[in-house]
Amino acid sequence: MRHPSGGPRGSPVSTEAMSSGFGWRVDDLDTDEMILNMGPQHPSTHGVLRLELRTDGEVVRAARPHIGYLHRCFEKHAENVDYPGVIPYTDRMDYVASMGNSLGYALAVEGLLKIEPSPYVQTIRVIMAELQRIASHCVAVGTYGMDIGAFTPFLHLLRDREKILDMFEWTCGARLLYNYNWVGGVSHDLPQGFIKACRQFLREFEAITYPELIDLLLKNKIFIKRTANIGVCPVEVAVSYDLTGPNLRGSGPPRDLRKDAPYSGYDSYAFEVCVGKGEFGPLGSCFDRNWVRTVEMAESAKIVHQALDRLEKMERADVHEKVPKRVKPPKSEIYSRSEAPRGQLGYYVVADGIGVNPYRVKVKSPCFTAMSVFHVLARGMMIADIIALIGSLDVVLGEIDR
Amino acid sequence: MDLFFRLLPEAWPDWLRVALSATIPAVLLLTFMALGPIVYVYVERKIAGFMQDRLGPTRVGPYGLLQTIADAIKLMFKEAIYPTGADKKLFLIAPCLVVLGAFLAMVVIPFGGKAQVADLNVGLFYVVAVSSLSTVGLIMAGWASNNKILLGIVMIVGSLSLRDIVIAQQGGLTHWFLFRYFPLMPVAFVIFFTAGLAECNRTPFDIPEAESELVAGFHTEYSGFFFAMFFMAEYTEMFVISAVASVLFLGGYWSPLPNHWLQHIGPIGLGPVWLIAKAWFLVFVMMWLRWTLPRLRVDQLMYVAWKVLLPISMVLVVAVGGLLMMPATRNGFIWDRRAALQEAARTGHGGMRVRVFRSGARTR
Repeated sequence: MRHPSGGPRGSPVSTEAMSSGFGWRVDDLDTDEMILNMGPQHPSTHGVLRLELRTDGEVVRAARPHIGYLHRCFEKHAENVDYPGVIPYTDRMDYVASMGNSLGYALAVEGLLKIEPSPYVQTIRVIMAELQRIASHCVAVGTYGMDIGAFTPFLHLLRDREKILDMFEWTCGARLLYNYNWVGGVSHDLPQGFIKACRQFLREFEAITYPELIDLLLKNKIFIKRTANIGVCPVEVAVSYDLTGPNLRGSGPPRDLRKDAPYSGYDSYAFEVCVGKGEFGPLGSCFDRNWVRTVEMAESAKIVHQALDRLEKMERADVHEKVPKRVKPPKSEIYSRSEAPRGQLGYYVVADGIGVNPYRVKVKSPCFTAMSVFHVLARGMMIADIIALIGSLDVVLGEIDR
Repeated sequence: MDLFFRLLPEAWPDWLRVALSATIPAVLLLTFMALGPIVYVYVERKIAGFMQDRLGPTRVGPYGLLQTIADAIKLMFKEAIYPTGADKKLFLIAPCLVVLGAFLAMVVIPFGGKAQVADLNVGLFYVVAVSSLSTVGLIMAGWASNNKILLGIVMIVGSLSLRDIVIAQQGGLTHWFLFRYFPLMPVAFVIFFTAGLAECNRTPFDIPEAESELVAGFHTEYSGFFFAMFFMAEYTEMFVISAVASVLFLGGYWSPLPNHWLQHIGPIGLGPVWLIAKAWFLVFVMMWLRWTLPRLRVDQLMYVAWKVLLPISMVLVVAVGGLLMMPATRNGFIWDRRAALQEAARTGHGGMRVRVFRSGARTR
């Protein structure tokens, strides 16, 4: 495909002496911009994402993401199943962090029904959500290292994610799509010995994996060189494109729904909101976004420790106590938001008060908005940096396409 | 070659002895080089497994030892697929060129005092030239230019022959070029090794086959045995670079301590053992780096190569040349002259290095 500004090629050229003597004409050399399709099978686009890049040599002049390869009609499906039946579908949106998805939906429906789960259930939900955040950031930071060419941190992090998934499996029987956060409760109580196993994991994570990750990847000179000046997203751009979560915090503003609009009792936990520092380059670079994710893992571990402390003092309670037999909210609507690992995950749920199915479920996806800023940041980059940029935005295509 | 010629019975006709003495070392070397990658790939997988907290191959054979052999057999029996529209001749020549470039360099590596296929008087330039053959295969010319750093050693020794360079390092650790001219030669070693990493496309310079950006680059186009040839070339080249680095900086086939019993067991020389051990250690370092470091971007690689390594190596060449002109530093700096003085006291004359320098100064 030829760019319109390509010039008179194709039309007969003047027969003036342009011949170079090598059997080709200087004029015939194609120095046009080239359209390069990256994906959807490319392994580093983190899912089925197609990027249409207009490249000038190694430099990307313009980039346009094409999404929709993983569209599964989640929102339409949700209108045809009852309220609890939507939960397994939410798991399949951001499949790297399913706990956060179902938590957000459960919060929305609980808001419609005006019920609040017991503190015991809320504590379990916080533990699960934060463990899921660690697992999700393990994948994000690990695969990001792999995008840059460092293979080893990826496997170190997946080793620890595996331990979290083992704990999830132990609790609810599933390793990826849990159907765990129910409306008004959770599906299973924590098993005997969970607290001890969880503490063991956190000890290993904080003592070995986390410092090793910092030393091996984030303090590596090559890694800093590859990321610190790349994909700089100033705070105005970040806000105007509605970036949330680590992508926004990487640009500076300490906005975190767990602090700003607390749910599930997050206001009673002591933790820091991590923001990018711009230590090695301009604020809001790929490095800063990644740094925020890394530090957030340690903060999440702190929250889990506090939640485990509380759980030890609590009596075991029935986790199905508040689960309604029949979910049929009155005619109302709600926009409920929560801090998923990838940012603000919003559910807009409309109940018509007649049927047992939601009238409408609309999801505000953090990855979708992160993808929308891509074409701004990608302009003028080199192709290798495109990979670094996608990885730093940490998009999951299942959630973009839904 | 001479060794084999003398070992063969004199009763045999001369033409047979010449032919055999040429063939036997060639076959030995080729076997070593061709079977080497099978070992290196297995070792690399195990090392990667160790570094990444996993096991590596365990299923095929005891400790997974037969894994790479199984892989090699599989690759050999696979169909070679040619991409539509590819120039078939060029497509097939490319892997051969790459392997050829890697193998040819082995000819001049001295494995021991007598164990060298050919002692070319321009050995060092020969290595630089043939190893850029494989670069041509990858169409990434220009790397050989970094090897200007080698001129420093050539000036010290006064000869391009790899054997002369090894002989100049006789006498234990303190005589290795790595530890002489203290700030200069260690820097030279680091530059040479870095350029070597780039030449065999290892991390952090594995841009031609960048897995995340290019999806393994040209490797995707090749299948079956031709793919195996690229693999073989990569690992052979790793060994060649390491062997040359050991010859130039780590004393080649000399043992670290100048003890006789470390160098010989009875009549059998241990030279090849030392050289291969040193080369394998450097190969290990390469693997270590691969599983530790991220990858540079292509313009950053160019920056490192042309604006950092090349100027430093130029300065080093000039510095070494200037130092050799001055009598006070001809044999090294004050801190590494002790060895030279001891040598002089022991042998009663100017020391080994001076001798080599003078003898090398004569045109060969």
